Amino acid sequence: MATKAIIGKKLGMTQLWDDDGRVVPVTVLRVDRCRVVQMKTIDTDGYSALQVTWGHTDPDRLISPLRGHFEAHGVEPGTALVELRLDDVSEFSVGQEIGVDVLADGELVDVTAVSKGKGFTGVMKRHGFSGQGASHGAHKIHRQPGAVGQCATPSRIFKGRKMPGRHGGRKTTTLNLQVVRSDVERDLLLLKGSVPGPRGARVVIRNAVKASALKV
Amino acid sequence: MQPTDLVDAQSLRDDIPVFRAGDTVKVHVRVVEGGRERVQVFQGIVIAKRGSGPRASFTVRKVSFDVGVERTFPLHAPSIKQIEVVSRGDVRRAKLYYLRDRVGKAARVKELR
Repeated sequence: MATKAIIGKKLGMTQLWDDDGRVVPVTVLRVDRCRVVQMKTIDTDGYSALQVTWGHTDPDRLISPLRGHFEAHGVEPGTALVELRLDDVSEFSVGQEIGVDVLADGELVDVTAVSKGKGFTGVMKRHGFSGQGASHGAHKIHRQPGAVGQCATPSRIFKGRKMPGRHGGRKTTTLNLQVVRSDVERDLLLLKGSVPGPRGARVVIRNAVKASALKV
Repeated sequence: MQPTDLVDAQSLRDDIPVFRAGDTVKVHVRVVEGGRERVQVFQGIVIAKRGSGPRASFTVRKVSFDVGVERTFPLHAPSIKQIEVVSRGDVRRAKLYYLRDRVGKAARVKELR
């Protein structure tokens, strides 16, 4: 499991020049005063995690149990509560602000977010099927899946058959993105490459759990 | 204003002269050969400028030994040492792709006066 994590908001993508004059595509994330509300430990909860919030919410607009929860821990109410599962939470304390400075330039991270919803899509977009010929007598079946099963035996279609359906809008994790720059002054995090979700999406950034498997 | 503008501001150059399609420019490009860096000059007519922000680019066309050569440069590339405007052209459109179909005298651009 990860040892450190923060919550950010996807602002969009742009590009930078590296020292060799090459273009680096980057995703810009903003971390808005991510702060610890509650500690979940193995002794009390059976697992270890940080319950965090970020941003700002007017306390009068909260339902009272939530307001009480924030007041009890002495933390300014934020947009939402999210738990970050971590190996060890002993280095953190309630009320602590986790900034982009926990991640150093060049570090590898995993990013989790809800991907853009694509609606009801066909098998080519959803499962990467090749489709069928544009010509050679193909008639109105250019993007169809083709055969989906056998004949009298088994006279049914096996479960798990890849079919058209809802695509996207699911929790997605992109592994091993490099931190190009963590801008402490502006609370911005620049990651090399793309991140799941639309602009404005809430993203969880954790240090890469499978980085050691990569050949560095 | 886009939320990424603040990030972009750092990668934009402020030493780019004003030029447009039809102008003749000298582009001084840094070339790294075997660890050594030298500057190569590419002179020709700007036939297109496109894009905005850090992704803006421009295309320069010249005819070298009867062969048309076009190079597209990112406008803000650090590999460009300098852009020099040699002359201003008098043209009526933003993209001068019609120059590709012309040779010799017909491929000239009128100078702005």
